[in-house]
Amino acid sequence: MIYWELFLAFFIPGILGYGGGPASIPLIEYEVVARYKWMSVEQFSEVLALGNALPGPIATKMAGYIGYEVAGIFGAIVGVFATVAPSLILMIALLGLLYKFKESPKVKRMTALVRPTIAILLGALTYRFLESSYLGAGVWHTAFLIVVSFLLLEKWKVHPAFVIIGGLGYGAVFLS
Amino acid sequence: MKTHIELFIAFFRSGILGFGGGPSAIPLVHKEVVTTFKWMNDDEFSDVLALGNTLPGPINTKMAGYIGYRVAGVPGMINAVLSSIVPSILMMIVLLTMLASFKDQPWVEGMTKGVIPVVVVMMAVLTWDFFKKSNKGLGWKISLIILSLSFIFIEIIHVHPGIIIAILLVYALLKPSKTKQEEAKKKVGAN
Repeated sequence: MIYWELFLAFFIPGILGYGGGPASIPLIEYEVVARYKWMSVEQFSEVLALGNALPGPIATKMAGYIGYEVAGIFGAIVGVFATVAPSLILMIALLGLLYKFKESPKVKRMTALVRPTIAILLGALTYRFLESSYLGAGVWHTAFLIVVSFLLLEKWKVHPAFVIIGGLGYGAVFLS
Repeated sequence: MKTHIELFIAFFRSGILGFGGGPSAIPLVHKEVVTTFKWMNDDEFSDVLALGNTLPGPINTKMAGYIGYRVAGVPGMINAVLSSIVPSILMMIVLLTMLASFKDQPWVEGMTKGVIPVVVVMMAVLTWDFFKKSNKGLGWKISLIILSLSFIFIEIIHVHPGIIIAILLVYALLKPSKTKQEEAKKKVGAN
């Protein structure tokens, strides 16, 4: 039963996440936090932060870790399989057909039409993280960390892994 | 066997060096597949990339799976996918499990609090990216309509986001293309 739930929780974001791994993050959050309640928003953001700090595709890291948390090694395998296999099988099976429709305006429109919805989902997730930071760390720490990490990431183009390590260090010292 | 070792090296290297999610690893995959091991030329690679982008799901594993399949059949596919994802998943499980075992220490709680604002910034930037891209791809009017409808249905009425996305995808497939309509008009005009 739990394996079936894990399969569904990662199959749906995998098959609906148009635009690569990051587009499926809010969909994964919806399944993991809102629907199956395996994690709180804070736990999810911690997993996401560490996932961003580590190399490799983000969707499979999330699926692997959350699957492992929920149901051990076999859970990790189910989560990753559900994320990867359907779209990969589609790709290999439909290759000839897809090749023909690669330039089709319909296929391009599919990606374009879904983008605003993904933007809303990402925005809502951002807001939930902001809210949980405000409740946990307070206004001033939150504002300070947001401004500093924005400058580091976007203005000075520091690697996200270092910014995340910085955030962890700041928290260990000033927020404990 | 040599091919399998090469596949492992190619996708292990590009997976472990690709920070920031799948798309950032694409140039690394390109380097291994086209320059180092010469399994494909530039044109073939860009075709595979274009096809991968038209399908849902993570891009990196689709690329690894398909290229592995082309080079060495089903075992090659399995080898390439596992090489690109397993190392980073293992790192993630080990690190998070270590953190979890110190969960009750105040400094670990502090770390969690300290990292959330950083995630807020990353997510906000990603949101802005998608917002900009959707204005560019659809024009701001249609983009704004879909944005508002998605907001109402997902955040206020609490419809499963999958249903909204599925409806949009079906609409994109069924709605006749503009170019066809224009062609039809031209034909009518010619007659």
